[in-house]
Amino acid sequence: MRWLLVIILLIPCVAAAKEARPLADNPQAEARLKQLAVELRCLVCQNQTLADSNAPLAEDLRREVREMIAKDMSDKEIIDFLVARYGDFVLYRPPLKTTTTLLWLGPFLLLIAGATTLVLALRRRQKKLADASLSEEERNRVAQLLSEGAKHR
Amino acid sequence: MKRFLLPLGIFVVVVGFLGVGLKLNPREVPSPLVGRSAPDFSLPQLHDPEKVFSPKELTGKVWLLNFWASWCGGCKDEHPVLMQLAQSGEVPIYGMDYKDRREEALTWLRRWGNPYPAIAVDESGRVGINYGVYGVPETYVIDKAGVIRYKQIGPLDEDTVKGKILPLVRELQNK
Repeated sequence: MRWLLVIILLIPCVAAAKEARPLADNPQAEARLKQLAVELRCLVCQNQTLADSNAPLAEDLRREVREMIAKDMSDKEIIDFLVARYGDFVLYRPPLKTTTTLLWLGPFLLLIAGATTLVLALRRRQKKLADASLSEEERNRVAQLLSEGAKHR
Repeated sequence: MKRFLLPLGIFVVVVGFLGVGLKLNPREVPSPLVGRSAPDFSLPQLHDPEKVFSPKELTGKVWLLNFWASWCGGCKDEHPVLMQLAQSGEVPIYGMDYKDRREEALTWLRRWGNPYPAIAVDESGRVGINYGVYGVPETYVIDKAGVIRYKQIGPLDEDTVKGKILPLVRELQNK
């Protein structure tokens, strides 16, 4: 019985352990692909990057990008290749163009509008507070109430 | 009452934007290829792999290029529309069998009918990438000079054919 146990425990030693196989022959190219693919949108599942998507088109596009990397094309050339075919939509970061100015500047405009409104509202309130002056009688009453409150505590 | 006017105004504007947003189809990504020359290719034909199909052969003609596949559900939906359009003889529809198996494509055509005078086979999907295809069916209207004039994403229906495709085709044919 004990021997059987020893044999069972020895089984894993027979199975030769190997390192995990790299995804491609060239790990450097694969790293570049990864870097590019997270910047690119998969057009089938539109909220996934090319790196995340398992759609057949994403696989094809990764293959295409891999080949372009093998041809030693620059990142810009590769991205231009895809933009020429699929439009700016493939980019996760939209470029700054006349059609996208609102997209880029909109948040800042909103921020400025919000800040201006806040400043104006605060000023108006301050004016109102300054206007509320107290008479002598009211002032005495405030003092009285405050001291009473102190005693109760 | 007056103090509610501003929030109400903002609310109406936001609802307006959201309403328009609801009607937009996120799948319709405008193609940068409209207005540019149709990418060239030469691919084997489906019915006779010895023969080659190339868009150059069609220079001087207005034609449609329809990407389809036997595995694609939308292609089955638009198929009767394509058959009808092909029978009308107004414009030839050339097929592009996209990432498909030859046998299955042939069976599909035998079963449902063949609206195409010729079909090219894009097994690897590379020509599809050059055309910016991201989901079949997609249909391109290509003019006499070989320039893409319109891209239909998704199945064609009768309304699109009558309202957009045919008027455009007639206009291009008369040029």
